[in-house]
Amino acid sequence: MNFSEVFKQSNQLCKVSPDGKYLATCVQYRLVVRDVATLQILQLYTCLDQVSHMEWSSDSQFILCAMYKRGLVQVWSLEQPDWHCKIDEGSIGLVASRWSPDGRHVLNTTEFSLRITVWSLCTKAVSYIKYPKACQKGLDFSRDGCYMALAERRDCKDYVSIFVCDDWHLLRHFETETQDLAGVEWSPNGCVLAVWESCLEYKVLLYSLDGRLLSTYSAYEWSLGIKSVSWSPSSQFLAIGSYDEMVRILNHITWKTVAQFQHPSSINNTKAVVYKEVEKRPAVSEDLSIHNISMGSTLFSTQSKYEIFLPPVHLPVVKPDPERANPKIGISSLAFSSDSRYLATKNDSMASVVWVWDMQKMSLAAVLEQTAPVRCFQWDPRQARLAMCTGNNKLYLWSPAGCVAVQVPAEGGFQVQSLSWHSSGDSLILLGKDHLCLCYMETEQEDKVL
Amino acid sequence: CGFRISPREPCTYIKDSDSSPVEYRASPQRLLTQSTLHRNSILSSFCTEENVQECLFHITQELASLGLSPVGTGCERHSELDVVAVLNCMNDLIQLHRRELRTLENMEVEQLKSNSSIDYLQITSTQLKEQLELSKRENTGLLERERQLQLKVKSLENHLKNEKEESEHNMIFSLSCKNFRILLRTELAKSKVEQHLWKTDKTEARHEGEMYKTLLNDYDNRQRELLLENAELKKVLENMKKDMVSILKTKKTKEESDDEDIFDATKERVELFSDDAREKLTNGIRLQWRKLKSHVERLDNQASLVDISARSNKDSVSRETHEEEMHKLRLEIQQCKDYIRMQQQLLQRQLSSPCDEEVTSLLNNCYMQQEKERLKGDWKTLEEQRKIFDRERGNFTEAAIRLSHERKVFEENRALWLKHQFLNSSPFPDSSKPQISRLGRKVTARQISFCAVTLQCHLVYRLKYSQVPVVRWANQKIIFNRLCSHTVV
Repeated sequence: MNFSEVFKQSNQLCKVSPDGKYLATCVQYRLVVRDVATLQILQLYTCLDQVSHMEWSSDSQFILCAMYKRGLVQVWSLEQPDWHCKIDEGSIGLVASRWSPDGRHVLNTTEFSLRITVWSLCTKAVSYIKYPKACQKGLDFSRDGCYMALAERRDCKDYVSIFVCDDWHLLRHFETETQDLAGVEWSPNGCVLAVWESCLEYKVLLYSLDGRLLSTYSAYEWSLGIKSVSWSPSSQFLAIGSYDEMVRILNHITWKTVAQFQHPSSINNTKAVVYKEVEKRPAVSEDLSIHNISMGSTLFSTQSKYEIFLPPVHLPVVKPDPERANPKIGISSLAFSSDSRYLATKNDSMASVVWVWDMQKMSLAAVLEQTAPVRCFQWDPRQARLAMCTGNNKLYLWSPAGCVAVQVPAEGGFQVQSLSWHSSGDSLILLGKDHLCLCYMETEQEDKVL
Repeated sequence: CGFRISPREPCTYIKDSDSSPVEYRASPQRLLTQSTLHRNSILSSFCTEENVQECLFHITQELASLGLSPVGTGCERHSELDVVAVLNCMNDLIQLHRRELRTLENMEVEQLKSNSSIDYLQITSTQLKEQLELSKRENTGLLERERQLQLKVKSLENHLKNEKEESEHNMIFSLSCKNFRILLRTELAKSKVEQHLWKTDKTEARHEGEMYKTLLNDYDNRQRELLLENAELKKVLENMKKDMVSILKTKKTKEESDDEDIFDATKERVELFSDDAREKLTNGIRLQWRKLKSHVERLDNQASLVDISARSNKDSVSRETHEEEMHKLRLEIQQCKDYIRMQQQLLQRQLSSPCDEEVTSLLNNCYMQQEKERLKGDWKTLEEQRKIFDRERGNFTEAAIRLSHERKVFEENRALWLKHQFLNSSPFPDSSKPQISRLGRKVTARQISFCAVTLQCHLVYRLKYSQVPVVRWANQKIIFNRLCSHTVV
């Protein structure tokens, strides 16, 4: 595992192009495009203000830089650096900006979600979409980029509109049986749309592409409901994480549960492997030879490794404050591996524990307990390998073969706040507060600690 | 009663409190009556019997001041009234008075006129003031408008400047845009960017069509996957059944296993996509499972018996593990069964045909009846064949016994003949006996071989043209071969 040197970035804006060749980072008001392999700077663009959001177009030809305070969006071309494009929303403000799947339209959501403006970069034409809903996930594009589902709210009722992304033609418009729609998400095969309610009611509705209601699922009533939703990449399963600390898996044939995963605080009988991160501080008092002191940062940084614990295991639970809003309880993060074989979940009341479930056996495969709350985890896009970070200077990797904790070798300490995989699965981008670092995986089998 | 009047003051004097002040605005007639009243009052109190001279003197003075001739003649004390003079004076006075009145009237009229003109002027002045206010306001409004327009003009000028600048840039932009578009068309012809298509019914229909195609493809894929899964599961079930059968087969007698083998052989040909076949399959599996279970329980009992007799630590542990394994196997089999049941339910739901339940049950009964009858016929023929076979077997055994007897006899004859030969063997060839015995031996051998051959032919004839199934034929052939191997000629 090799680590690159540390580069500056601001606002955690650092994205790899979809074709995997370029890395774009924002440093204050500048946009820096580097080659991924050599990390040489290829292009440098200057925006008008500090960039709030940056996104690659789907064909990796253009980059969108949005400055929400100024209500401006600037689009830069990689092939023609002289080409300028400035989209000014004016006094109506800007809260969100994104590309369309064809990479030739920019969708701007104005302030208070009054409307969505669709700017065409080819014809310089403008279209408006009225009454979009401001919710957790009000807009989703299907994976093949053909259709867009948009949640709307008119006259205190929720609607879903399905647009054809070719010409923004409204294909279907139907009312949903929800009180307060919280999100929409397409299945990876683009045939089913999952629509879920806000957390006040547990309800998920499944609509077919042509607007027919296929099924409704509600696990329980009168309690906080759905916190997170995720489709498996094969579209076979829909995982729903809720505030009752359980994940329910629905199958795509009958839309009924095939499994319910519990997250208890004590694990007793299980075939799963429980990994616990154990920190071992180097004993300073023992050997204060010059050699040891000259090791520098490693002397004062803690090494950690994983140890396997046999059940019964007790996990640390943090009880949420019932007086505060958005209680820290329930399954907030769900992620399927790319082969749909594993599901990684995180329960907010046990924020330092990541649970890995085997979807073939529908049982717990591994439990990873860290020393600090897990900030971010992501599956390798090519194989069943999970990368995690907890805000310290270490990177944690789990695969069915084992678990490893790697320290990021950077001067002055590098606190890993979030991470993202390169599309080839060969490298990881680690983002700190103001810096970023690339981690190149070895192509042959890695050494596992346990 | 004296009152002093200064000669310069005009004669407007009021004496008593009860005399009302004169209103000079009144009409002339009224004025006249008032003046008469006034006159009367003054006259009545001015001159009396006593002060005639003084009054006369006073009046003369007054008249002098007015410019009129005196009225009295005589001296100061004893002046006498000149009537003519008095009358003239009176007339003058009256004329004066009238003239005064007239001027007064005129003055009053003038005053009225001036008052009305004043009013008129006041009204006009207020009107003009209002007009002035209005016009002032208008003026300010216009000023304001002018200011705004000026501002607008300024902003438009700025805008114009910007537009000019932008248009300069746009020239470059449009040029680069052209390149951009060319880029698009050449490189990204696949990404459907047709902005200039009108939203006609055709495009709408096309979109609908594409959407339904996607859905249909998805359903087709799903159905294909499900069918494949079902086929695989059925295969697994079949294999499981075979395995169970084979496990049980080794412990049972040949007869029963033969029956089951035959059953399996016929079943393998049956199409496994009908409800019938599925039910048969699941029933078969249940049957086999029950047999396996009973078998395993028997083994368990045997093992426990062995345990009781052995009683060593190792055995107990192995027995526990064995039990654990059995338990696991049972669990797995139970899971398989549940899975099979679930699959069956899914399949039934998928392939359920919309015909009546009665009809299907009737049909099933018919099929069952047919099957039963066919089975009966088969059983009958089988029974017959079994009898035939038994008979044949009996025949064969008899033949074998006879053959063995004959062989024994033949062997004895041979031995005798050999003995004879040996004993009668001499250097002199003159024997007819051995010839006979040789012939006898030959005859007996040939007889045996002929017997064997006729028996074989007979058997062949019987076996070929009888209604015995092939398997029996094979078995019988085996048996016959065994028999024949004993009768080596």
